[in-house]
Amino acid sequence: MNLPAIVNGIARHRVAAVLLFLLVFPLVMPYEALAVNILIFGLFAVGFNLVFGYTGMLSFGHAAFLGVGGYLTGIAMVHFGIHWLPAIAVGVLASLLAGLIVGYLAIRTRGIYFSMVTLALGQVIYYIFYKAERWTGGENGLRGIRVEAIELFGFRLDFLNPITKYYIIWVFVALALWVVSRILASPFGAVIEAIRENEKRTVACGYDVARAKLLIFVISAGVCGLAGALRALHLSVVPVDSLHYLQSGQAVMMCLLGGMGSFFGPFVGAAVFLYLEDIVTTMTKHWMAVVGLLFMGLVLFFPRGIWGSFLHKLVQRGILHGERA
Amino acid sequence: MSAPPLIEVRNLSRHFGLFKALSNVSVSFAPNQLTAIIGPNGAGKSTFFNVLSGAMPPTNGQVLFEGQDITALQPHAYARRGIAKSFQITNVFKQLSVHENVRVAAQMRYSRYALFKPRSQIGEAIDEADALLERVGLTALRNKTVADLAHGQQRSLEIAMALAAKPKLLLMDEPTAGMSPEETASMMELITALAKERTVILVEHKMKLVMGICERLIVLHHGEFLAQGTADEIRNNDEVRRVYLGQG
Repeated sequence: MNLPAIVNGIARHRVAAVLLFLLVFPLVMPYEALAVNILIFGLFAVGFNLVFGYTGMLSFGHAAFLGVGGYLTGIAMVHFGIHWLPAIAVGVLASLLAGLIVGYLAIRTRGIYFSMVTLALGQVIYYIFYKAERWTGGENGLRGIRVEAIELFGFRLDFLNPITKYYIIWVFVALALWVVSRILASPFGAVIEAIRENEKRTVACGYDVARAKLLIFVISAGVCGLAGALRALHLSVVPVDSLHYLQSGQAVMMCLLGGMGSFFGPFVGAAVFLYLEDIVTTMTKHWMAVVGLLFMGLVLFFPRGIWGSFLHKLVQRGILHGERA
Repeated sequence: MSAPPLIEVRNLSRHFGLFKALSNVSVSFAPNQLTAIIGPNGAGKSTFFNVLSGAMPPTNGQVLFEGQDITALQPHAYARRGIAKSFQITNVFKQLSVHENVRVAAQMRYSRYALFKPRSQIGEAIDEADALLERVGLTALRNKTVADLAHGQQRSLEIAMALAAKPKLLLMDEPTAGMSPEETASMMELITALAKERTVILVEHKMKLVMGICERLIVLHHGEFLAQGTADEIRNNDEVRRVYLGQG
């Protein structure tokens, strides 16, 4: 086996490769909670990237779906005493619904207007949850989401043990990544890329672009909602910040950092972002200044992002087939 | 002669504010005919094409396709009925491969929203795309990214994409724009061949070109219908000579 054969083999089985990597990932992280965070925000960024990197629509409201997924999972558990597993389903369904509403209103606009409409609607959702204190805990966030142990086929898994928690969440992330990869590899996946490349031509080919955009927007919201639900279980609280537009901005940053045109790029972006945040905040409180500099540097010198630039090099050297990048 | 028209427009008008880009045009097109729309700059040719292809709704009037009123349909629905357009300014998916461009166009007839089927399973669309690339002479460039193609090659790709929809009506907006004489000649050959199997309407600036191959010409002037007929009839039409041919 030579290098190109190995690289292309990995690219062909990208989901398996990513999941294998994520299996050993906690071993290289300074502590497990950070690894769990990266896992969750990686999924969030991948979900966001469906709309941003693949369809070419810059949404500034995706925190809404992370938040709705988290809150509804939490509300189902805290206020209704629902078991954590169906509670995740409640959170994901709620974020799909939120995606349908926001998407329906936003996809009629393009470019900067689309960004502004999603931003505004995201903030509307933020204030609804902020004000509904009785249900959401308002400013303090929703507390008391407790999962101590998970019973599975007679085994008892300790959810308070961070490494066990990582692998339980890994199962959900694995499932979601598999679904996302299937969708991207489907004929529909080609249609959304066609929309990104040339919307007018996609219409002329006979595709109902508004419908395709709405469909991918809803799917994207669902993936982000799952990330939110998992985060609620991980933190055992839903901070109201998770709905804030700064959180939406973080998703954009993670995608740009890692490389928005690729499947794994957003995950790399999330990992780098959170890892750096973890290190830098122990040294200085001006973490956002460091992010700003890093961001400018990347946009100016590596517009493809970290992972995107790496893949591009492989393609240029003839190691990786262009279509698989 | 009495075959029902494939497409017909009645009293078609399109205004942009006070400017009347098209006013009260009524024409019909018989199946399997090659027609050219000609006229000086600003005659309303592009507007006429945009209305025919569904990209732009008319201010007044009707578009009838196979006897049905399709005026109010959405742009993508025109394409699904069998009306395809190749664009004047090359309008392709630049970051996708040559084959993918054509396959996405062909795939419309097989799979639009299948989320879980791998792309490799839409074999018909893949084979059709390959056959079309062969036809327009792009087989060797199959896996290239479109952005790396020369202008003339992108024009050919443009045609292949329009054909991938298996259209009953093919609208071609200046298919030879920016092409070299050799490329133009082979494009004209291709258009003649295509017109044997379906209805083709083209907008073209190069008069000599269309006079040679089109069965029928329609002349627009200031957004109004001026004349129609064979190349000879148009050449000998006094009004046409006055507004158009006389200029050159």
